[in-house]
Amino acid sequence: MLTISKDLHDKIVAHARKDHPDEACGVIAGPAGSDRPERFIPMENAERSPTFYRFDSQEQFRVWREMDDRDEEPVVIYHSHTATEAYPSRTDISYASEPNAHYVLVSTRSDDETEFRSYRILDGEVTEEPVHVPE
Amino acid sequence: MAIEVRIPTILRTYTDGAKQVEGTGATLGELIDDLEARHAGLGARLIDGGALRRFVNVYLNDEDVRFLSGLETPVKDGDTVTVLPAVAGG
Repeated sequence: MLTISKDLHDKIVAHARKDHPDEACGVIAGPAGSDRPERFIPMENAERSPTFYRFDSQEQFRVWREMDDRDEEPVVIYHSHTATEAYPSRTDISYASEPNAHYVLVSTRSDDETEFRSYRILDGEVTEEPVHVPE
Repeated sequence: MAIEVRIPTILRTYTDGAKQVEGTGATLGELIDDLEARHAGLGARLIDGGALRRFVNVYLNDEDVRFLSGLETPVKDGDTVTVLPAVAGG
């Protein structure tokens, strides 16, 4: 299960809405081993594409080093789908490379409602998990 | 002295869990050959068909080697090489 604060949940949704129709992406860091997403880090989508995303490699290096220095890890890795459901695509599955991360998918295909779902992706296998947003 | 190489979580199965390993070589390509000799299987996760894999980022100190000379990039004792899987998808 992913437990995420309302504030962070809303920040992800706002980022996805802002970048629509391109895909938005980013990380929520948290203390290593805690499984607690705490620090919101929106990332540049270097592809600037409605169908693909990739973190800018230099930005990723800086952010990963900063997490390392702070003894944090990427607890959540999020991105949006702008025309399809919030389910990992084949490329999402084949490039998933953080075995401990919650992969959050947001869909902005509907104007009125934003789908927000979370998955574990390990060795090509996708497992959806419940998302808990405490009030 | 040697070159320090930082290994991401997903590749630590090749380094007995080590976050950081050492290697030698005059270029990044030679360093990766040396790493493969010490940690069998690691090289193939970084290189495919004689080139760096597209979805693996390798940095010399703090620069992506794609903006340097790729596998031909000169490396020396005291350098730090960082491997990070690209975060990407569709």
